[in-house]
Amino acid sequence: MMNETSALVILVAAVFTNNILLTNFLGMCSFIACSGQIGTALGLGTAVTFVMTLTTMLNFVIYHFVLVPLGLDHLTYIVFIAVIAAFVQFVEMFVERFSPKLYFALGIFLPLITVNCAILGASLFMIIRNYTFMQSVGFGLGAGLGWAVAIVLMAGLRQKMSYSDVPGPFQGVPIAMIVTGVLAMAFMGFAGMVSIQ
Amino acid sequence: MANNQPPACLSCGAKGPCGGKGLLTLKDGVWTSNPLAIQILGICSALAVSNRLENSLVMGAALIFVCVGSNLLVSLLRNRTPHRIRMIAEVAIIATFVILFDQFLKAFYWDMSKQLGPYVGLIITNCIVMGRAEAFALQNPPLLSMVDGAANGLGYAAALAIIGLFREILGTGEVMGYPVLAGEWYTPNQLMILAPGAFFTLGVVIAVFNIFKGQETAEKK
Repeated sequence: MMNETSALVILVAAVFTNNILLTNFLGMCSFIACSGQIGTALGLGTAVTFVMTLTTMLNFVIYHFVLVPLGLDHLTYIVFIAVIAAFVQFVEMFVERFSPKLYFALGIFLPLITVNCAILGASLFMIIRNYTFMQSVGFGLGAGLGWAVAIVLMAGLRQKMSYSDVPGPFQGVPIAMIVTGVLAMAFMGFAGMVSIQ
Repeated sequence: MANNQPPACLSCGAKGPCGGKGLLTLKDGVWTSNPLAIQILGICSALAVSNRLENSLVMGAALIFVCVGSNLLVSLLRNRTPHRIRMIAEVAIIATFVILFDQFLKAFYWDMSKQLGPYVGLIITNCIVMGRAEAFALQNPPLLSMVDGAANGLGYAAALAIIGLFREILGTGEVMGYPVLAGEWYTPNQLMILAPGAFFTLGVVIAVFNIFKGQETAEKK
């Protein structure tokens, strides 16, 4: 059963109402670790958006034209992760060649995109929700943008927060989680605008 | 650590197959460096599936299985894997175990498999499994690696169960279908089931762990 929602609606919904980070909790590790500064957050957000859009497209083609016809869909996970790993390797070489500054800023987190669950998650959601090709492109792009928006917002908040006096045990990650909770609540305000399933 | 002599396992002693480090490894994984609360690893899935205790327990079991299995295999192959391709080898091993568990769930617990959705598959990208394979199994003998995998899986499962328990009680007033806060006086707080509740609960759980850790460090001084 294919659903009929247009790709544009899916894109908007993936950014706001179904934000992959704030409602599906994907990509938390790098979100927490890399949201110290707006510049880094922006770089990582861009990298994730780029990788996510293209891997979703690649995985769509591989799943529907290779795995399903051959009856190999139980190998989905392993194939997807291999595609993502290879693709990230490619992006890494690309960034290293054309923007060494960004390369050093992102440091270890570029290879970590491979194990960023948001990337694999987007591909898996695409399969589970039976998207068509255009819808998948919309979803991949939207989910990546949504993730980027969330991490940049968080970086801004954390920069302000470094001046505030947080109670001892809550310093560092716990307060970041709680702020993220508030952010998620704010994003719930978008619910009802558009919805995808 | 204060005690340089780690306590030997009860059954095998210091000369046993895991070199007497079993208990220490176990304590490390479950408490001293609990993957979820202390090292803040693998929180994606922890937040997503902890809306109910039942989901948390299944997810915990999945992680224990995958961790033990992948640690064992990675450790067995550690002297034969070329260093350059070790990452991809680890991912392949982990993915194999995740697929096994996923197929098992689909065959016997279809409803649960539907509820967990993509999050079972996402164990592949769970930093805990990869982290243990990379940091522990590559340097240690198979049996000890299995203990380490089990310990970290248990630590994750325990923290997950705590989060799941609180969210389910506050969010629905029930625990695994049994009413707990069911009186007229309690209105279930839907927020705890939804995304923000997950963030708040995890934040508080980590903070509580920090308080305990702070006390332990203070006692040692």
